[in-house]
Amino acid sequence: MQVDEATVRRIARLARIKISDAEAKGLEKELSGILDWVAQLDEVDTSNVEPMTRVVAQKLKMRDDVVTDGEIAEQIVANAPLAEDNFFVVPKVVE
Amino acid sequence: MTDLTKLTMAEARDGLAKKTFTALELTDAFITAIEKANPALNAYVLQTPEHARVQAKDSDKRIAAGSARPLEGLPIGNKDLFCTRGIRTTACSNILGEFHPTYESTVGQNLWDAGAVMLGKLNNDEFAMGSSNETSAFGNVVSPWRRKGKDGKLSTDKLVPGGSSGGSSAAVAAGLCLAATATDTGGSIRQPAALTGTVGIKPTYGRCSRWGIVAFASSLDQAGPIGKTVRDAAIMLKAMASHDLKDTTSVDAPVPDYEAVLGKGVKGLRVGIPREYRVEGMSPEIQKLWDDGIAWLKSAGATIHDISLPHTKYALPAYYIVAPAECSSNLARYDGVRYGLRVNGDNLIDTYENTRHQGFGKEVRRRILIGTYVLSAGYYDAYYLKAQKVRTLIKRDFDEAWNKVDVVLTPTTPSPAFAFGEKTGDPLAMYLEDIFTVTVNMAGLPGMSVPGGLSSEGTPLGLQLIGKPFDEETLFRTAQVIEDAAGRLSVPDAWWMKG
Repeated sequence: MQVDEATVRRIARLARIKISDAEAKGLEKELSGILDWVAQLDEVDTSNVEPMTRVVAQKLKMRDDVVTDGEIAEQIVANAPLAEDNFFVVPKVVE
Repeated sequence: MTDLTKLTMAEARDGLAKKTFTALELTDAFITAIEKANPALNAYVLQTPEHARVQAKDSDKRIAAGSARPLEGLPIGNKDLFCTRGIRTTACSNILGEFHPTYESTVGQNLWDAGAVMLGKLNNDEFAMGSSNETSAFGNVVSPWRRKGKDGKLSTDKLVPGGSSGGSSAAVAAGLCLAATATDTGGSIRQPAALTGTVGIKPTYGRCSRWGIVAFASSLDQAGPIGKTVRDAAIMLKAMASHDLKDTTSVDAPVPDYEAVLGKGVKGLRVGIPREYRVEGMSPEIQKLWDDGIAWLKSAGATIHDISLPHTKYALPAYYIVAPAECSSNLARYDGVRYGLRVNGDNLIDTYENTRHQGFGKEVRRRILIGTYVLSAGYYDAYYLKAQKVRTLIKRDFDEAWNKVDVVLTPTTPSPAFAFGEKTGDPLAMYLEDIFTVTVNMAGLPGMSVPGGLSSEGTPLGLQLIGKPFDEETLFRTAQVIEDAAGRLSVPDAWWMKG
């Protein structure tokens, strides 16, 4: 699978990671190499195989629908790079 | 007085019980050793001597009162992937910056509730992504082991301690803690244990709670210990494992007393030797290590059986779809808003992109991009779904093998410890470090590495045992037989203490 520069840039945008022109060039090669290598999975016939969803068979656990936590706004924003009155502060997103 | 840092965890436990020394004396011995050794080895990214002394004094009170808990007063290191309340936790990434969790990981809490003392936070590959500890934002960890030259003298070349739990393996091997916590997504406990002559076990997926451990690939991540001996690993795992309502994948099953099975031996045990692990170009010394392991178990009364795990060769490529995919989802939370680093931009998207470019290292960015690609519209079926189907086949291989054998024996790594930079040029070369360990994570099974001997360079080699789900007990008793036959490996020269 050949990954071109436009694809690298599209993926980087989806992943919200800025990349420089030089990095985009290097990544083209690296990502293509890794995707070529994983392509060997095409040899495996998986037509009647269920995808794995759990490694150990286990019933989905249920619990009562009750509040188990809360009233800790201060703790939640304690590590924010910028916070005011228990709100996260971000650059303006709505004009 | 004997050097307390040389004791095993079991010996230290006995010494405290007999009041030969106090928990504070024991803790201080390690604090002094760490101060001296850390500039050379870089195993700890944060030392917490004050915290450790407070815990040790409390332990001494409990010992005096006759109410000692199972790990009372035993100093350990904690991988920096485990959140620690009020104590900086970074996953060795710049993006977490000065993150101070407001909660403790369940595994950590279990250890502290059992009386263990925390000496500090241990280095690891950034977000546990790596096999040599070379991707950490805090720099490389140096292995205490050195290669022996043809003239019999130790080389001064620096070797890697393995990864991602390289701080854990180096600290245990160098006597900078009695034992350490670690995590394993594709081999990150077993490979560093093998390269440093220590014992590491990745238990069955679900045995330890993942709550409060910085997530990498959630369907593969599992916590476990690295210790000096099989017994020490047994003591640690017993304390770390638990059922936890805060992790729905943690399993509600009793945790056995692993120490109790150590003397049981392997008489009549059926040991499987998978032919697919005899990879092309396997070095003669790895082959010999494996043959030695087979001979030891045979002479202890086990029976040896050739088995086939036909999908082995597809485990690594499938892993490099599943792990990056889950990593790209898990690491989406680092947005520069809620915690950690923020690098401001012209608008919100720009801020996200700047933050994630500067905050993540190269290998982490590479994996996020691969994961984003394989999960992007139109590719999900071809990659992630395909890989999860291959995973079913890998697990099926093992399910069939369990009809014939009780445990599987393989080498842990394809080669001994390597030097810095030897495998950093090509990501695929580094990924191959996990070729023998990654199947175990894909199938969710327990896997353990135990020292099996030295390479021609005088560096450690490990043997891997793979068990049935939740049958860690068989791994422990088999590993004990190997340890008894191979002998414990200790570093010949404590060069890192000489300043």
